[in-house]
Amino acid sequence: MTDQRPPSLFDVEEMEVSFGPQHPATHGVLRVQLKLDGERIVDAKPIIGYLHRGTEKLFETMAFPQCIPHTDRMDYVTSATNNQGFCVAMEKLLGITIPPRAAYIRMMLAELQRLASHLVWLATHAIDLGAITPFFYTFRERDAILDLFESYCGARLTLNTMKIGGAPFELPDGWVERCSALVDAFPGHIDEYEELLTNNRIWKRRTIGVGVVSPEDAIDWGLTGPPLRGSGVRWDIRRVFPYDRYDEIEFEIPIGANGDTYDRYLVRIAEMRQSVRILRQCLDRLPEGPVMAKIPKVLRARDGMAYGSVEAPKGELGYFIVTTDKATEPYRCRVRPPSFVNLQMLPEMVRGHLVADLVAVIGTLDIVLGEIDR
Amino acid sequence: MSEVLIRYVVVPFIQTLVILFSLLGIVAYLTLLERKVLAWMQARIGPNRVGPRGLLQPIADVFKLFAKEDLVPSRAERFVFVLAPMLIFAPSFLVWAVIPFGESFTVAGVQVDSFIADINIAILFVLGVSSIAIYGIILGGWSSNNKFSLMGGLRSAAQLVSYEVPLGFAVVSVLLMAGTLSLVGIVEAQREAGIWFFLPGILGFGIYFICGVAETGRNPFDLPEAESELVGGYHTEYSGMKFAFFYLAEYMNMLVVSSLAVTLFFGGWLPPFPNLLAGLWQSPLLSWIPPFAWYLVKVLAFIFLYIWFRATFPRYRFDQLMSVGWKWLIPLSLANVLLVGIGVLILKG
Amino acid sequence: MSDNEKTTPDHAPAAPGQPAGAAPEAAGTGADAPRPALTDDEKAAKIAAAKAKAEAAKAAKAAAPEEPKPPWEAKPVTPEHQDASADPDVAALAAAVDGAVLAADSFAGDVTVTIPADRIVEICRALKGDRGFTFLVDLTAIDWLDREQGRFDVVYWMHRFDDSKRIRLVAALREESSIASVTGVWRTANWLEREVYDMFGIHFEGHPALERILTWEGFNGHPLRKDFPVEGIDTGAAIYPDVYPPGGGPVRPDELESGEPKAEGKGD
Repeated sequence: MTDQRPPSLFDVEEMEVSFGPQHPATHGVLRVQLKLDGERIVDAKPIIGYLHRGTEKLFETMAFPQCIPHTDRMDYVTSATNNQGFCVAMEKLLGITIPPRAAYIRMMLAELQRLASHLVWLATHAIDLGAITPFFYTFRERDAILDLFESYCGARLTLNTMKIGGAPFELPDGWVERCSALVDAFPGHIDEYEELLTNNRIWKRRTIGVGVVSPEDAIDWGLTGPPLRGSGVRWDIRRVFPYDRYDEIEFEIPIGANGDTYDRYLVRIAEMRQSVRILRQCLDRLPEGPVMAKIPKVLRARDGMAYGSVEAPKGELGYFIVTTDKATEPYRCRVRPPSFVNLQMLPEMVRGHLVADLVAVIGTLDIVLGEIDR
Repeated sequence: MSEVLIRYVVVPFIQTLVILFSLLGIVAYLTLLERKVLAWMQARIGPNRVGPRGLLQPIADVFKLFAKEDLVPSRAERFVFVLAPMLIFAPSFLVWAVIPFGESFTVAGVQVDSFIADINIAILFVLGVSSIAIYGIILGGWSSNNKFSLMGGLRSAAQLVSYEVPLGFAVVSVLLMAGTLSLVGIVEAQREAGIWFFLPGILGFGIYFICGVAETGRNPFDLPEAESELVGGYHTEYSGMKFAFFYLAEYMNMLVVSSLAVTLFFGGWLPPFPNLLAGLWQSPLLSWIPPFAWYLVKVLAFIFLYIWFRATFPRYRFDQLMSVGWKWLIPLSLANVLLVGIGVLILKG
Repeated sequence: MSDNEKTTPDHAPAAPGQPAGAAPEAAGTGADAPRPALTDDEKAAKIAAAKAKAEAAKAAKAAAPEEPKPPWEAKPVTPEHQDASADPDVAALAAAVDGAVLAADSFAGDVTVTIPADRIVEICRALKGDRGFTFLVDLTAIDWLDREQGRFDVVYWMHRFDDSKRIRLVAALREESSIASVTGVWRTANWLEREVYDMFGIHFEGHPALERILTWEGFNGHPLRKDFPVEGIDTGAAIYPDVYPPGGGPVRPDELESGEPKAEGKGD
């Protein structure tokens, strides 16, 4: 793909450059220290921690239900999924089963959130590579999704929309109809985005062969989510450790063939289509019943540890909760952020590429610094 | 004597003033046009606060640029730093001296040509003068005392120089068809031939416009100035009026490229099929349309194409950009010259 | 938060046992209407009535066997700790590496094996190579403060793709000891161990570049330790010397000079 430059008299020694932390293309406060040989990246070292807020420490001071709004702020683009992860882990720890209606509501919120997150990913990834128009189209759809969230739980971004034991509210009147309309119109919108990018020669030249990850490397480096699936490993927590009744829903898990940026792009587009399919099934099969399980007012755990995870749009989001006997707060609540582990592989992915590809690779990893730094 | 004075001194002087000021206004409003058209393509409205429907936005932008603090970095090479924007801006004005807008017409008994000068090497003049801008870019990048600006300046210069070659060859194919270097002559040749040159020279037109987009540094060839890149581009350290010069020069260059495309390939001020459909164009229904209007519509169509490109395409990486220019466009443009040459030989005997 | 349908039948009838004809204006106007005081007789009558009702309900329940409630309407069933030594992976590990398995526990569907910290690399290689746990999902630590086997627990959580099995290793570690790094086994451990070092101060021997990752270089503390206060400590950041005194940083309220409030900000 890229031309090999023969060594010449004019080569200068390596340049050390800092990319970020304030930079329009780093999707948050990320600093990448680059060693450049001309335009070629010799080494890249991501430096994080600019958004560290001590969330895990705070968890140790708050009762279990109080932790949920704090989980919103980690991956602020997909806050419903963060909530869901915590609730899944807590329900595992406390042995709570949620009613079917609550499970379907949570699944719908999570899939809507997945669509919203992938829309942001597409917008920012495209705009980093120069295609400025998909940004506006995707945010138009994202706004419709956020309106749905707002009518359900009152918030657009940091939702606090799941409770340990079910969903906090019953669906408001008309919500199912509006969601249904959105779901019906969505595949047409995805076609719009694909028309602009998927077969565009320039897009393909910018993304094919960039940031290639082999499946063995992906597993060794702990990648999850679209980076792992883009490399050909068909693995999704919703299929492997189903939570919230995902085992009752039919959906496919798209994978890529070569593990490059273009494949990850195709995987995420296909995931959006699958999310639409899941939403359609949830809407059609929404059962009646209560939305909260019968749980005591004050949740007390017993001593033990449990790990619960969900398939966040960015990868496997896991919560490892350790409790002591009769405790109302977690003794230790560790969040396994997918972006943190995915970002670790950045130096491997960009070594030997040009600076312009660094932006493409950061975009394709789909990182959110709130989650990385917590 | 006074006839000569009027025709060759007074009239061109007035023309220069008219063209100069109207170009400044047009370029300013071109920025608004771009924002509005881009917004329309992106399902939004664009500037609509300043003035009715945003029509006073360019004036507000001009005031803003005037009022901005004009910084010169402390260790920059001051003379060159101030000179560079002028070197970029001036050539794009200079080429308008030879571009024809329409037919000659008489005003108060004086014949006025729709161009300032009709020199017989007009195209050469245009290509040569617009190359001076490359100096401005390199000097601007170097004098900023900023390694990123320098890198950006060098990259821009490399891009411009590479794309000048196929652009020149595409123009050569037109010269083969027209037989003259004068822009007025080229338009006249299209009238004689009865068709616009883009029909026989469609490949040349394609190459010309792509190179034109690359020459102006617009999407998809705008890597040197992209904000998402590490390198900020040669104009990183510029602010205020100096930055305004860079900014306006870009739009001015868009106008120049569009005008040349219209003049070389689309018949300048000629209506479509000027001889075949002469009856139609001279009928009382349509004869009121001034030739300048044809020219204007065509130029606006090209500006729209520029904006359309920007809304649609991602941008090329620098090495891909260079490989497109050297590996694809140059061989194609050479082949085009060969084909057009053979065609001209056959048709003209 | 909306109330869910109350399906519990065990609310005692809450109607105040008003003596007939008492305070008619209080009826239906809301909770702030004062209840008329009950005489002892009326109280006794109420209690008897309630008891009788409960007896009747119990009798009815005993008479008609009630259908099992769906799990979300019943009390949550807290998981139990069970011994997991019989788990095939645990057994294989015990066989492969001597003295590896100190304890094995299964709780809430997760298998946790307590292992000695000094054999960690060997154990991890055995699990990765022989048992196929090629994916390290998470690596973290827990601070137990005073505990005789060691202050910290370092926790390794790994995954096997073939049958989607996960296993957790817990290694107890003394405060002054260090543990070997497993970056040689799974490269993903790199940043995970850096974070554990940053947050807990645990040293990983053999780590390629053990630096702080979430806090800045020169940060003087390990935030997730239990003796690190949630409010923060004096990090020595003298950014605004006229606002914060030298050596000042976030200050706990109990450390303020008595009476004197600290300066709020630059100028009022």
